[in-house]
Amino acid sequence: MSDASPAVLIHPGRHVTWYGDDTQRIRAIAILNALLGSWGRRGGFYRPASHPLPSAKIPKYPEPKKTWTDAFPGKYPIASSPVSNAIIDASIPENKPGLLIKGWIINGTNLISSIPDQANTKKAIQNLDLIVTVDTMPMEITGWADVVLPECTYLERYDMVRASPYRKPAIALRMPAAEPKNNTRSGYNIARGLAVKLGLESYFPFEKQEELLDWQLKQSGSSLEEMQHIGVKTYEREADDLYFAENENVVFSTDSGKIELYSKYFEDAGYDPLPNYVAHEEPPEGFYRLIYGRAPMHTFGGTSNNPNLTDLMHENSVWVNPKISKEWGLSNGQYIWLKNQDGVISDFKIKVRITERIRWDSIYMVHGFGHGQKQLKRCFGKGASDTQLITKVLIDPLMGGTGMRSNFVTFVTEKTEKEVAS
Amino acid sequence: MRYAMAVDTRKCVGCSDCVVACQTENDVPHGFCREWVVEVMNGTYPQLEIEIRSERCNHCINAPCVRCCPTGASHFAEGGIVLLEHNKCIGCGACMASCPYDARYPHPSGYVDKCTFCIHSIKSGLAPACAAVCPTKCIYFGDLDDPNSNVSVVLKKRKSKTLIPEAGTKPQLYFLI
Repeated sequence: MSDASPAVLIHPGRHVTWYGDDTQRIRAIAILNALLGSWGRRGGFYRPASHPLPSAKIPKYPEPKKTWTDAFPGKYPIASSPVSNAIIDASIPENKPGLLIKGWIINGTNLISSIPDQANTKKAIQNLDLIVTVDTMPMEITGWADVVLPECTYLERYDMVRASPYRKPAIALRMPAAEPKNNTRSGYNIARGLAVKLGLESYFPFEKQEELLDWQLKQSGSSLEEMQHIGVKTYEREADDLYFAENENVVFSTDSGKIELYSKYFEDAGYDPLPNYVAHEEPPEGFYRLIYGRAPMHTFGGTSNNPNLTDLMHENSVWVNPKISKEWGLSNGQYIWLKNQDGVISDFKIKVRITERIRWDSIYMVHGFGHGQKQLKRCFGKGASDTQLITKVLIDPLMGGTGMRSNFVTFVTEKTEKEVAS
Repeated sequence: MRYAMAVDTRKCVGCSDCVVACQTENDVPHGFCREWVVEVMNGTYPQLEIEIRSERCNHCINAPCVRCCPTGASHFAEGGIVLLEHNKCIGCGACMASCPYDARYPHPSGYVDKCTFCIHSIKSGLAPACAAVCPTKCIYFGDLDDPNSNVSVVLKKRKSKTLIPEAGTKPQLYFLI
């Protein structure tokens, strides 16, 4: 790689919370990239640019007396957003949290299927005074909610303008292709409707989302009408180039303004200033590391009931290396159950897929299947849920990421009556 | 005029967006498809090779389905597109049996159905649905007689193959490798 530097990069991948040491692991990758000189170089990492969008003028928010950080004082020093597992823990009185959380407003996330250690989530739910969910589908979590605010699907609503950083600054508009059905509303209408009821209308100066979007777009050189026609608009970079110039004085967002491999900040906070290798737990005999991921046609667990996508893929399968399937006498297409290190057996059966695409010490399954909500007619009971089998969670002490590659499963070819009953 | 399609197997990620777009554009009933995605994997872990192909009717120059159709329902249209006239089809299935690519399916309404290269869209200057929606832009479609068409250019520039060439069907669906 050094021969090809700086035109090389080590990509960290997506969904990188695995083993609870992920901040340091990702830092190690960033350090390698720095040593290879690939930051800001052609063939390495380019400098992304985004198009600024103005925000509507609204009254200042009152200072909250407490925030989510008070729930777990002194923990997760570099967490930039609330730590979901910690919020769940802080909703259980026995854990004696710094701040006991009594209500959840859940927006478009099926917590039962997306957050590991389901028993803990359900325990927290039993202690809450209020759960409000905003969802497009009758997901598992909506069954636990006191109030469900049905949102229309993304094909029936506007969303906020997307202005993510890319090679060239770009903005993108999502707009409705059809009218909302069954008395569902867009997220904006739900939020504004609640604000009006609560006397907080001044925080939503635009009655319609189209008005807000049009105002915002006109401030930044476009308009809703133009974006409705073109969908995506790219701008030329003005301030800087895609790559660092030869003698450019690049300033990074560190104390020294330079790339810092040794972190004084981490050292002062009592953490490793440089990443140290930590060996991860290996699976016990007869168990395999549970690796989960996504299929390209499905979006997490949110699309597993979609008729078109169900037609493409209606269940997940468990990928098993041929050496292992031979040892266990498993055949392709056979339905089995999976059991994890804590004795949790999957509610539903899963199909075996024998493939060289997985290592001998691991199995793989696509996330988002094995739904237990009967109203999800097409996907109820189809495939197994990885989330159900992830009962051991390794939380990163620095940023609070939920490490979920810490579970081991074995194969169950027949369920006993007791297991079926439980 | 000679319509052809080239699919870049090195760019395709197998998302099957093309399959859904085709079903939606052409009212293909759920449970059936005019096109599909194939994954071929060779090797032993960790030395693996994988090829992902978005497949459909090969619109062969020497099409066995057209030759064996007893009613003339299967025929060649403009630009060599192999079409099937639903009203003339008696659903005998000879074409399905003769196709080396298994590119046809029996429509529940009693006729055989297959890819048309979205001829209705081409006529209005639009791309076939699969090519139009592909997020990796790995499907090239156009006129091989036009040396400047997308498909001509990419086939000149890149190495390609066709499927089951030994069948002698002269397929016009190319795979860039």
